[in-house]
Amino acid sequence: MNSISIVLLIVGITFDLFGCIGLLRLPDIYNRLQSATKCVTLGTCSILLALFLHYGFTGVGIKALIAIPLLFFASTVGAHALIRGSYKFGLKLTDKTVIDDYKEADK
Amino acid sequence: MIEVLLYILMGLNFLCFIRVLYGPTMADRMVAIDIFGILVVGICALLVIKTGRLFLIDVAIAWIILSFIGTIALAKYLTRKKLDE
Repeated sequence: MNSISIVLLIVGITFDLFGCIGLLRLPDIYNRLQSATKCVTLGTCSILLALFLHYGFTGVGIKALIAIPLLFFASTVGAHALIRGSYKFGLKLTDKTVIDDYKEADK
Repeated sequence: MIEVLLYILMGLNFLCFIRVLYGPTMADRMVAIDIFGILVVGICALLVIKTGRLFLIDVAIAWIILSFIGTIALAKYLTRKKLDE
């Protein structure tokens, strides 16, 4: 393996690690999803980019390059739909919340 | 070196499983399952590099699409609407 893909792999695993720590440690569902989705999506995109740099323009490399925007848009759209659904369902925010803009904008 | 990264990713999957066990609400468990699926995509990419079996990238792409459908279905269920509204 060349050195650029090794660096990309290590950066991706580090992003995944911080995302999963945030998934365990943060207080309510909104904070957890904000931490976990951003960090883990970018980390996995970095791993797939490392796979593309390892294999070049072959079949596997092109498939990894296609999987990057697919994962990016699917994950962000799914996270937005899930957070809106859980707000409509009535899950409470944590006690340390300063401002809730969505409640005023929804009237 | 690839083995060490694989073991780290499996440990992160175990952390997501802890959140699935202790999550207070249903949406917490669904977030954890979503993150679990994205981590499995990373495991598939690492296994392609390690073992050289090229069909595993197809497994990763299929897993992305199925995870997206599951998340959208649960979001629609939480707003108490049908899938075509």
